[in-house]
Amino acid sequence: MLGLGKKDFTLFLAVAAITLLAPFILNPFPTGSGLAQFNAGYPDLMQRFVIYGIFAIGFNILFGLTGYLSFGHAAFLGLGSYSAVWMFKLLSMNVIPALILSVIVAGLFALVIGYISLRRSGIYFSILTLAFAQMAYALAYSVLTPLTNGETGLQLTLDDPRVLDGGGRPTSLPVTELFGMEMRDTASLGLGAWDFTFGVGFYFCAVVMLISFYLAIRIFRSPFGMMLRAVKSNQQRMNYTGLNTRPYTLAAFVISGMYAGLAGGLLACMDPLAGAERMQWTASGEVVLMTILGGAGTLIGPILGAGMIKYFENIFSKINDAVLHQWFAALPDGLEDFLVTIIHPFIGKGWHLTLGLMFMAVVIFLPGGLVEGGQRVGRLFRRRDRKAGGAEAQAAEQRRTPAE
Amino acid sequence: MSRHFTRRGVLKSGAVAGAGLALPTYLRAQESGFTNAPTGDTVILGFNVPQTGAYADEGADELRAFQLAVEHLNGEGDGGMLQTFSEQNLDGTGILGKRVDYVTGDTQTKSDVARASAQSMIQKDGAIMISGGSSSGPAIAVQALCQEAGVIFMAGLTHSNDTTGKDKKANGFRHFFNAYMSGAALPPILAEQYGTDRRAYHLTADYTWGWTQEESIKAATEALGWETANTVLTPVGAGDFSSYITPVLQSGADVLILNHYGGDMVNSLTQAVQFGLRDRQVNGKNFEIVVPLYSELMAAGAGEAIKGIYGSMNWNWQLQDAGTQAFTRSFGEKYGFPPSNAAHTCYVQTLLYADAVTRAGSFNPCAVVEALEGRTGGSGSLEGIDSASNEGFLFDGMGNGPTLYRAADHQCFKDVLVVRGAENPTTPYDNLEIVEVTPVEQVWYEPDHPQFAGGDLGECNPGA
Amino acid sequence: MDAIILQILNGLDKGSAYALIALGLTLIFGTLGVVNFAHGALFMIGAFCAVTLNALLGMSHQVEDPTRTDFLGNPLQVDVPYVQDIFGEALGASIIDWAVPLSILLAIPVMLLIGLVMERGLIRHFYKRPHADQILVTFGLAIVLQEIIKAIYGANPIPTPAPDAFRGSVDFGQWLGFQAGSIIYPVWRLVYFFFSALIIAGVFAFLQFTTFGMVVRAGMADRETVGLLGIDIDRRFTLMFGIAAAVAGLAGVMYTPILSPNYHMGMDFLVLSFVVVVVGGMGSLPGAVLAGFLLGILQSFASMNAVKSLLPGIDQIIIYLVAIAILLLRPRGLMGRKGVMEE
Repeated sequence: MLGLGKKDFTLFLAVAAITLLAPFILNPFPTGSGLAQFNAGYPDLMQRFVIYGIFAIGFNILFGLTGYLSFGHAAFLGLGSYSAVWMFKLLSMNVIPALILSVIVAGLFALVIGYISLRRSGIYFSILTLAFAQMAYALAYSVLTPLTNGETGLQLTLDDPRVLDGGGRPTSLPVTELFGMEMRDTASLGLGAWDFTFGVGFYFCAVVMLISFYLAIRIFRSPFGMMLRAVKSNQQRMNYTGLNTRPYTLAAFVISGMYAGLAGGLLACMDPLAGAERMQWTASGEVVLMTILGGAGTLIGPILGAGMIKYFENIFSKINDAVLHQWFAALPDGLEDFLVTIIHPFIGKGWHLTLGLMFMAVVIFLPGGLVEGGQRVGRLFRRRDRKAGGAEAQAAEQRRTPAE
Repeated sequence: MSRHFTRRGVLKSGAVAGAGLALPTYLRAQESGFTNAPTGDTVILGFNVPQTGAYADEGADELRAFQLAVEHLNGEGDGGMLQTFSEQNLDGTGILGKRVDYVTGDTQTKSDVARASAQSMIQKDGAIMISGGSSSGPAIAVQALCQEAGVIFMAGLTHSNDTTGKDKKANGFRHFFNAYMSGAALPPILAEQYGTDRRAYHLTADYTWGWTQEESIKAATEALGWETANTVLTPVGAGDFSSYITPVLQSGADVLILNHYGGDMVNSLTQAVQFGLRDRQVNGKNFEIVVPLYSELMAAGAGEAIKGIYGSMNWNWQLQDAGTQAFTRSFGEKYGFPPSNAAHTCYVQTLLYADAVTRAGSFNPCAVVEALEGRTGGSGSLEGIDSASNEGFLFDGMGNGPTLYRAADHQCFKDVLVVRGAENPTTPYDNLEIVEVTPVEQVWYEPDHPQFAGGDLGECNPGA
Repeated sequence: MDAIILQILNGLDKGSAYALIALGLTLIFGTLGVVNFAHGALFMIGAFCAVTLNALLGMSHQVEDPTRTDFLGNPLQVDVPYVQDIFGEALGASIIDWAVPLSILLAIPVMLLIGLVMERGLIRHFYKRPHADQILVTFGLAIVLQEIIKAIYGANPIPTPAPDAFRGSVDFGQWLGFQAGSIIYPVWRLVYFFFSALIIAGVFAFLQFTTFGMVVRAGMADRETVGLLGIDIDRRFTLMFGIAAAVAGLAGVMYTPILSPNYHMGMDFLVLSFVVVVVGGMGSLPGAVLAGFLLGILQSFASMNAVKSLLPGIDQIIIYLVAIAILLLRPRGLMGRKGVMEE
């Protein structure tokens, strides 16, 4: 259906269902209860989940299929954000022109950077992309401040022209919209002790992500995707058969750059501010981590990885000692203090430690990422089905063989 | 073990009550007329400070101050500045009878992350006020977010002119001083110490805050007769500043001004001293180094290198007024060391917010803005300043003498400290000594001053 | 002219830090084929060896001084280090003063041990895994290591001064026959440069002139054949990992007086040192050293005011520009071998 195989279509339907029902799924604990701390079902974080999901899906098209490890993809994310905010400032608060410009600008830069960087392979390629991104970051933070507003980040002001939105200086900052639907609009639903929030922005991002995901599946299954996989398994052999692989890898690079630009543009649509930190090497590293954590080369892995990392960043960093004391308040005093002391280093200001330990644990025990973890659990339940997992298992399998 | 009325005890009873009710304790904007109106018996404040990255220790100190302020508001501890505050509306029963609860987040000192963290406090935890921060970029970004979302932002440590200049917002308030005030307070002392015939060489961190500080200090020193030999921008986080310091030796300058903060300042100052700059004679005068913005943590990081170096500060625990002493005592007794000036500003901001809500009789951000502008009681102007803009909320007893929250731009005006690295500190905490308390008249400026021009407060936004 | 010589000195100084870290990275990569993202963290731990020794030597008991008061108005407690009790006031004070050079003695065994434990406990399991996995696991380890340091020492930089005798600066120009006062340079930076040169020479001599070193070099060139000759190459490679960790640690120890250590200094150096390694050519030890010094000097020149006024911001991107240029002109960096990390 929709040009997808049966397994892929089921996967797509599952992702669509989970995404669209996210406001329920991510809010399992009643509002006001002690465990509400772990709820992630508020618009800002849900938007981040799907946006970084798009970023990681795009990155996976390059890294998962061709094996080219780019360490500079955050540059395209940042470029997308800057282009979108400039569109809001100059043209209109409608998100469509902003997103179009984000994708185009990111695509053009990806074409240039990819054309140069793809002349080398392996770690030399990684360092070339890293160098371009770091230059973009350093310049955006300082010298290019007139364009980027430097450290503070590019933001809207009351005096922006916004030519399409009709003149006149508003009294408060305008908000991003899609033909009249404001991105920050929310509706909430109270069901007993639970409280669910549905944001226009989130559903817009979710639809964009589903489209991106659908396109990614099509790319994975197309002859073009097959060609990219062939590049990964043995580029030399491809070259000996007289085939020039460069156009294929460049196309993959540009496509994944455009995905990053789209994600950057969406970030700006949800919150019209573009900061230079979005382009720093740590941000590029983050998408690499998301992809590997979820399972590089698998379809769903990058989305899972993105969700995981953003969840840690936003939820674990907010647990402080006072919250811990509340959780364990029912226990005897000595035990309560003991537990708080034990857990203290891993939460709040120590959330990085938890993240580092998790990276290590996943790589050591689940070389195929979270997807492999899921498959192992799945296999426990249906032992008979030897070929469990289908396409996803193949990808995870392929990855485990060393790339040398 | 005697069971007094401890913080944990209160938390426990609060948690039990909370679990029993299990109802949302705040309302969405559509239902109440403003974002996150508290409905239960608690009100939630959001403390957004750097917990990872270079400023994590400063963030930790801010968090300590916030926790202390919350205790005092809830009637625990010794009450700190509640007794010395000129407004006596806060009686230790929370804010408007609601117990104060708080959530914390990590800004990582990045504008993007700080905004995401503040956003989650607003959307998920129902925070009605956001405070904290240790750098101007994130402060400005979060202030803009609070304006859009319809909550109050009480800035923490932010020194850039832009926070209450070109990026000012109606929902945002800054108690901390700014680069212009450093420029107004410090140079007269420098002229007194080093003479008016000097050539200054600026090394400036290459981002917005660095530029505004360089602009302010340069204008002020040149007005006193100093020449500016050169201004050089250095990359943030450069680490090794040697290649920026060696040209100073050959420039004929006899003063080096370091417009750096945090780790950059620690490294550039330490390395400048290693290069023997302070042992040199240029133009027949001793070579001097100046660090316009000081903090206790930077001073500790630079160690010996800060001895005799001049700079400015918003506040210092060694001041002798009743407010400072009360705050230093309760902070020192709880944590075992004196508070930093970042901690002070965060503590004061929290109390000021609580007081404004009490005077307004409402959590509605627009009512709070009116109260902090002095339009619902507490209005006044600073003595000795003849200006139409000299009006707003006037208070005292919070450590800096009579202080005005100016209505025109939401900037506090108060005395500013000129400090110097102590030659013979006796403890790790008195490595800075107060040279002069610069009176507020001297650091006053008009809201339309060129270094602050281009901004607009806009209208307060309650979020509905 | 003075200005140029000064910038060359600055460059050599920066370059020696780059070179030492890159040398260790290359040793690990060349022997074990592992991309070690935790190498910056090893540099940082080295620096904190100095901080730790400083703190240990400074351990003290308190004596009440009734004539002075502390910030809460209580009688002041004056710290008296135990070292001064044991060795007497003068000797004790100078032992504390020499904490940084003394930490070398602490850092060598500690770093060797950390290196061996890391290799045996973790890295060993990753030889056959893709480079991406190696990057992820060592990156995770780097985060864990630096968070542990942060939990102990906080995030603020900790001043760790050089001994008094090396604290000032000398008229370096006069030694070279320049006019007095034209080239003044801090003593410790000169010490750092000579120390690095010594370590680099030591590592090369070790590989060149000892049997152990020859076997290791042979193993780097063709691991399988050396293994077939009945030599236990794995054990030697493990030891090389320890040595690489020690080199990074020593670079960190000696750098502390120049850069007050903080917990994330390793990450700040990590990216740069990878650029250095790649510009030098993956797997080439002389290439790593050469590229370290080259990039250090170029960065210093780019920071000169004359250059900056022509090209604003050039000092922030020069390293990356040079890296791009070199990689496009010389496909495998300055001295890289064919086929390494090019899959």
